Formats: sequence, C-alpha cells, structure tokens
Amino acid sequence: MSDTGTVGEPLALAGAALAAVARPPARGFWRRAVRHPSFAFGGVLVALLLATALLSLLWTPWPPTEIDVPSKLKPPSAQHWLGTDSLGRDIASLLIAGSQASIAVGVIAVGIGIVFGVSLGLLAAARRGWVEELVMRFADFTFAFPALLSAIMLAALAGPGLVTSTIAIGIFNVPVFARIARAAANAVWSRDFVLASRACGRNAWHITFAHVLPNIASGLVVQATIQFATAILAEAALSYLGLGTQPPQPSWGRMLNEAQTLMYQAPQLAIWPGLAIALSVLGLNLMGDGLRDLLDPRLARRR
Amino acid sequence: MPTAPTSPLLQVEGLRVALPGPQGPLPALRGIDLAIERGATVGLIGESGCGKSMTALAIMGLLPEGAHVEGSIRLEGRELVGLDDQAYGELRGQRLAMIFQEPMTALNPLHTIGDQVAETLRVHRAISRRDARAEALGLLERVQLPQARQRLDAYPHQLSGGQRQRVMIAAALACGPDLLVADEPTTALDVTVQREILDLIAQLVASSRMALLLISHDLGVMARCVEHVLVMYGGSVVESGPTGEVFERLSHPYTRGLFGARPHLGAGRGHRLATIPGRVPELADVPSGCPFADRCAFVVDACRAAFPPAIPVGPGHAARCIRVDTVVRSPLP
Repeated sequence: MSDTGTVGEPLALAGAALAAVARPPARGFWRRAVRHPSFAFGGVLVALLLATALLSLLWTPWPPTEIDVPSKLKPPSAQHWLGTDSLGRDIASLLIAGSQASIAVGVIAVGIGIVFGVSLGLLAAARRGWVEELVMRFADFTFAFPALLSAIMLAALAGPGLVTSTIAIGIFNVPVFARIARAAANAVWSRDFVLASRACGRNAWHITFAHVLPNIASGLVVQATIQFATAILAEAALSYLGLGTQPPQPSWGRMLNEAQTLMYQAPQLAIWPGLAIALSVLGLNLMGDGLRDLLDPRLARRR
Repeated sequence: MPTAPTSPLLQVEGLRVALPGPQGPLPALRGIDLAIERGATVGLIGESGCGKSMTALAIMGLLPEGAHVEGSIRLEGRELVGLDDQAYGELRGQRLAMIFQEPMTALNPLHTIGDQVAETLRVHRAISRRDARAEALGLLERVQLPQARQRLDAYPHQLSGGQRQRVMIAAALACGPDLLVADEPTTALDVTVQREILDLIAQLVASSRMALLLISHDLGVMARCVEHVLVMYGGSVVESGPTGEVFERLSHPYTRGLFGARPHLGAGRGHRLATIPGRVPELADVPSGCPFADRCAFVVDACRAAFPPAIPVGPGHAARCIRVDTVVRSPLP
C-alpha cells in the first residue's frame, strides 16, 4: 500500500476507528441490549463462560488433575458435585478448568483470523485489480481445505498440541474474515463519502483506516462471536481426536474422548462436557445474532 | 511548473472517456473542449447521462476503475491525464476541490463534522490536531453554519441537508483551491435552501478568486451563477458561450428544447409541459453524426452524416449545428 503518512498515523487512525465503533451505538445501546432476548440470554451464557475461566485461574473445588483411582466413577455428592471420572478426578473441577483451553483457543484463533484476514480483505478492497484477485484466490484456496484436515496436517508437521490446533483454527479463520472484510469494504468504497475524501486528496491507506474500517467494524464484531463459537467446537473436536490439548491439561474435548469408552457405564462423563460445549456455543451464537440486530442502525431506529 | 500567464487555469482539449461495458468500452465523453480562467465561473448544463458528472470526475481524476481517458486536461499547463494517483492526490483538495450532489451520503456518518473538515487540512499541511480544529471552526463560520462552535462535534445525522452541504463546502474550501467543481450542489436540497447555498458559493467564489465549474440541469441556477455556459448532450458540448448570449439566442436546437421544457407558473389549466421528443440515447448507441439528430425538429440528412464542428454565432459563442442560422431565426418554443 502506498503510504505517505508517518508510522504513528495508522496507529492513531486505528484507535480512532475503534473509538468510532464504540461511539455511535452507545446511545441507548445497553438499554436496548438488555431488552433483546437472544442477546441478553447469550450474553449471560458468555459471561458465565468467561467468569468460569477466570475463576479456574484462582480456584477449583479439587485440583483438576489430581488422580484418585480408588474413588473413581463416583456419583454426584457433596464432596464431588458432579461425581468423578474413571481416574477419580473431580468432574466439576475438570469442567471449570477446561473452559480455559476453549477460551484461549477462541481468542487466539479469532485474533489470528481478524489480524490477517481483515488486513488482506482491506488490502484487496483498496487495491482492486490483480491484488484483489490474488488475495481472494488465496482465500478460496485456504477455504477449500476443511479446518480439521489442515489441523491434522499441521499436527503431523509440528506435533499435536494446543498451540498447533489454535494456529490451525486461526488459519481457517483468515479467509473467513478476508472475505467478509473485502465484501463489506467494497461496499464502503463505493459510497459518496469515500469519493469526497478522495476529492480532498486522501490516499487509499488513510481512507481504509479512517472511513472503511469503522464502517465495517460492526459486521466484523458479529462475525467474531460466531467464529469464536466455531473455534470452541473445533478445539473440542481436535482434542477429541487427540490432536488438540494434550494430557494432563483439562479440556472439554478430551473429557469427551475419555468418556466414550464408558458411554454405557457412565454416560454423565460425556453429558457434562457436551453440555458445557453446547451452552458456550449457543451463548456465543445468540450473542452474535443479538449484536447483529443491535448494531444495525436500521433495526435500531425501528425499535 | 510552467505557469505561462497566458495559459488558462484549466484547459481541457479533446477529452474522451470510455467506460468499460459488458460489450466493450462505452464512450461517455466524445471530445470535450473547455477552458476555465482563474477566478472564472463556468457552467455545464444538460440532461442526466449527458456526461456532465463524468467531465467533473475526469478533471478530478476520480473516474471509475477501468475508465479509458484520451485527450488532455491541463492545470496551468501541467498535464493531468495519466498522472499517478499520488501526484493527483496532492492536487486534490489543494488546487482542485469538489462538492457533491448528495450531502446526505457524502459525509461519513461515523465522524464528527469538525473532523471531516479538518481532514483536508491535515492531509495537505503539517498541522496539529488542535490547529486543524481551530481552522475547521473558522471554515464552518465562513460557510455560515449556524452555531458552528457547538456543531464542531456533531455527527452528520444531526444536521439538516443544507447544513451538511455547508459542511461539504467548508471541507472543499479548506486548502484554498484554485478550482471548485460543484456537481449539482443544490439538487438534493429544498428550493429555499438551494438559493442560500448558491448565494454562498457565488460569494465565496467572488471573495477568494477561486474558479468555479458548476454542474446543473437547472437553467435558473446557471443564469444566476455563471458567466460562461456549456450545453452538453450525448457526451459532447453542443453549445457554449457567455451565459447571457447563450440564453438569449439559444442557437442549438437542444438548448431550445431545454428552455421550452421549463415549467411555467401561471400557465393555463390543461397547458401541457413542452418536452423534447424521444429520450437520451444510451451510451452504446449515440448516433454517429449529430447525437441530437433523432430528437431534433430541424434535422436534415446531412445532420446524420457527420457531427458538425462548432459554428460561431456570436462573440465567444458557438453551436455545433449545421442549421444554426435557421434555428436562430425560428420562433422560440
């Protein structure tokens, strides 16, 4: 991108862009938000998930990795709220601690997707022509690989683990964000205020940060929540396959994996982590849907 | 920069623009010639689709992607056709400025108007945020935005159409351009506000020795605001001359048609509005001879053979019509 500005300028502009995202919906945003049923419900679930992960950093009922074989497969009791698993570990503690892996994967994988994907999408929209063609064909190419397949390939190359699986999920997110950013940015580029800004002598670099990014940010935020949910699911799937989180680190996917051999004797071992995954994904999706409504100025005005 | 005192501020010669279309390039401009002296006011008039806005965008170097430009646009002798985007960017805002038809959409809804006026200042001058803000306030006061100081931090949706157009004008004036291109600046506004905005533009142009290229389909606007007028049809200039001269003699049948089609207050009941028969040809099938031939009451076979050259009808006044003598002598519609 041709750039005549100083190095500090883009940062300041990006900051202004973020501030601009936060500003316009602020008027009555929270009042409308609590009245929006799916946003409120999803928000509560997501808040619970985050609170659980924070709590697990400080406290769990039992040390989640403590093995106590004699008291294995205990039913729920005052000591073990949700019972114990086949190695006598406390299920409640494992669930609480397992949220960390899900959140870490979600945040980092979505972060990778946003940083690289949105940059590529903005570049494609700003430069058009062969740059756009190249970026979008690259996105198609990456998209053509199922996320699990690329994660398995990466695990084969770099060894399984939380880091590899996070990067793999992050790579899967890049084309998702690249496509959305490009489509939304193209729409902004065709608007009159961009032409007016060009008529004032602004270059593509400035227009991208001052005009395009703030105007596409709300769509990206919505997509981020949905990709967060997908990332949690993907992490669970990879851990279930043994490619994600490695023992002894607790993870919901690994709990499912370990539960499957005991499906008939102790179904609760699969039910609890399954429920945790389902509720987290549901919460994020509902929150994303709610945000889509709340950030849409047309819908806001109608209310 | 060669600034020969004799060369006009802006000189457009043989400007042709072709836009990419599904069946090959579509000629949008078919050889435009115009010259604007420093401080002069020039108007472009014509129906929608005749190439007025395309001419403005070509001058600003803001033609859509893939447009093919031929001919020459010179700013004080410096060729602008083929200039790279960065060099053009330095001219835009600083020497050439533009205001747009829709003040509703030409301001970014997410930025305050103060920021948007300061934008032009900050791109062309090393100026602090605070100084830019102070200057933006001065500009908003100059365009007579009511309560400018309180409005500096207002968002566009908090302003009326006329106020937004004032903001657009302030942003365009920020760096003291030599040429202001105003593309139908009042079309989206109420009639009463139109007048205020036009008066404002006229006053700013007069006080700052800035040249004005005003684009409009409104004959009344032209008569009030510009010294020299060019009538465009089908991507060509069909008549040009001093405004009074052109409006008095109406030497091209198309100019006559435009005049005849003005609505009159007080016309009797059942009085039908005169129209020009037919409609504006599509870009792809503008006739090869005179583009107006198919709609013209004066048409003869020779009209379709070749597009006539500009025929002088008075001092500085010319029309591209071979039957200009007959046209001038016929009664007004």
